[in-house]
Amino acid sequence: MSRPLVRLLGQGVRWASSLRGGGSAFPGLFMEKLHPGFVAEELAKLPRGVVVISGTNGKTTTTKMTVQLLRSQGLRVFTNRTGSNFVRGVAASLLAEMDAFGRLDADVAVLELDEAHAVHFVKQVRPRICLLLNVMRDQLDRFGEIDTTRRMLRQVALATTETVVLNREDPRIAGLAEDLPAGTGVSWFGLSDALRPMFPSDDDMRDGLRQVDPGEQDSQVPSTQRPDADVVLRAVNARTVELEVRGAAHEATVDLYGVYNQYNAAAALAASLQVLGDDADVPALVAELGSVTPAFGRGETITVEDKPLQLLLVKNPAGFRLSLASASAQDYATMIAINDQYADGRDVSWLWDVDFDSLRAGGVDVVSGVRAWDMALRLDYDLVRVGTVEPELEDALKQFIAQSGERPMRIFCTYTAMLSLRKILGGMTHVAAI
Amino acid sequence: MVENTAAPLRIVQLYPRDMNIYGDWGNTLTLKRRAERHGLAVEIVDHNPGDPWPEHAELFVGGGGQDSGQFRVAEDLQAVAPRLLDAVERGVPMLAICGLYQLFGRSFRTGAGETLPGIGIFDLETVGGAERLIGNIVTESPELGTIVGYENHSGLTHLGAGQEPLATVVSGAGNNGEDGTEGARTRNVLGSYLHGSLLPKNPRVADFLLSRALELRGESLPAAPLDDTLAERARDVAASRPR
Ligand SMILES: [Zn+2]
Repeated sequence: MSRPLVRLLGQGVRWASSLRGGGSAFPGLFMEKLHPGFVAEELAKLPRGVVVISGTNGKTTTTKMTVQLLRSQGLRVFTNRTGSNFVRGVAASLLAEMDAFGRLDADVAVLELDEAHAVHFVKQVRPRICLLLNVMRDQLDRFGEIDTTRRMLRQVALATTETVVLNREDPRIAGLAEDLPAGTGVSWFGLSDALRPMFPSDDDMRDGLRQVDPGEQDSQVPSTQRPDADVVLRAVNARTVELEVRGAAHEATVDLYGVYNQYNAAAALAASLQVLGDDADVPALVAELGSVTPAFGRGETITVEDKPLQLLLVKNPAGFRLSLASASAQDYATMIAINDQYADGRDVSWLWDVDFDSLRAGGVDVVSGVRAWDMALRLDYDLVRVGTVEPELEDALKQFIAQSGERPMRIFCTYTAMLSLRKILGGMTHVAAI
Repeated sequence: MVENTAAPLRIVQLYPRDMNIYGDWGNTLTLKRRAERHGLAVEIVDHNPGDPWPEHAELFVGGGGQDSGQFRVAEDLQAVAPRLLDAVERGVPMLAICGLYQLFGRSFRTGAGETLPGIGIFDLETVGGAERLIGNIVTESPELGTIVGYENHSGLTHLGAGQEPLATVVSGAGNNGEDGTEGARTRNVLGSYLHGSLLPKNPRVADFLLSRALELRGESLPAAPLDDTLAERARDVAASRPR
């Protein structure tokens, strides 16, 4: 079959499946069957190639920020929608973006791929640049082991044709630099020595009763003995961050919840510099960071009954710990909602790897979700007072809003709990579409 | 209440640096908090590969790890085996989960075909399987009642003829998904694939370990039970969840 015909058929299927409310991957599946090389051929035409972003934590936010940074510099960027990150999903997004003449109006593709899907994707499409964020324990019930996750990301790095952008502070990611073939460049993003203790790796998490406190846990190599990074997050203030970009100091406004999001901004900036090369306008890129907004569930704020409510997605110990450390507990009314549906991960054992000591002074107002009692038990063993245990999310949310008084509210929740809470909140106030 | 003037109860965490995934900390924390709530002081000591052997240990607890961690641990275990086996003979209670449970057996052949020697506290052998056995699990022990948890292992464990299992499987896979056994028990040493963590939702098992440790001091756990309402609710939910 001729190419235009295949594509038009694919676009027709997309149109038809949107009429019947079909899943976003279906037209992609159709294209893959008819013309297996479709995605690779289309993406190979892009003048600035393909950027793949992967890692355990922060992919969605970092991808969103990278796309925004590149667009602010005038590039036309093709990206995939959250939730459709298979080859097939990318094919579906491609079809959606093409005009009737089959032209993809883009200079570069920036794709968020989870570890397992990235491995399949890079067999078909070799990225020009990849950005690898971190390897943390997450969804172990699907991928098996953290070493397996690292092996997956290694394959992505090996398939990359030009530059691999790596997190200098994650030992599993940093080690990938040694495996790269000659000719593949490495660009690093990193943290100042002062900030590193705020990002414990999973390996540092639990030695006896010792808390991971600044200075002590970090017996690793000081920054002077580590490779130079193109972007270093130097300091984090209330609403600004200090960045070192290619050796020069910059201050940026980054209005995102949590220091880990600010580190994602540093990662996005490092990847953008590689895409732009000599064309990069560094001061303009740094200024653009001030207008990035959080992705779904990464600290979006919803106003309900004239009070701010933040939804914070938690899915693994390191992410939960960082999220807790990012704000002073006493300033907030706090709710935690833990579900164990397939998309959350059925295993809730990771809750035992999070320290909740920081909540001891303020307590937790409401605990909810399918595994509310597991969470309440966890908090009890960390000597954290719990106000109400209410597994039903709607009842719990209403009680929480009523009890929060003048305090701003924050809810730590797993993925499906967040979807439900957004839906319930949608009936009470304006909630942005995902 | 036990007088707090006594020396603190000395709990040794085996290999927390290499074997601490799947919430193993929850087991140590549960022992510590329950001991405190029973009126006992507690001291937690870590033992990692190469560390000098911790003397006067009264209770051992250890968990699961990645393959890379398991190699380091297997080597150290060979070195400390005589002392550990001596503690087993004296009736010192121990809890070994997942990776450490496997190494407390006779041998563990990994999926890659390498064989790690165990230290033979349990008469059992483990072979790395192609498929992971993952999901919520409920088991029944004659002495410790219903035990609920979550299993996630690719090793298939077969018990020797005389080896007592810890429990029998009510729902889930257990040691190998075939013979209905879960874990192993030798004297006061409990081995199990259940994490999630095991002890928080199974306070009877925690109190078993604590009371055996106290018996060696000639003491016993105070008769007054702790309020385990939260654990009971969490158990009920866990037992009702899909695999
Ligand atoms: Zn396990």
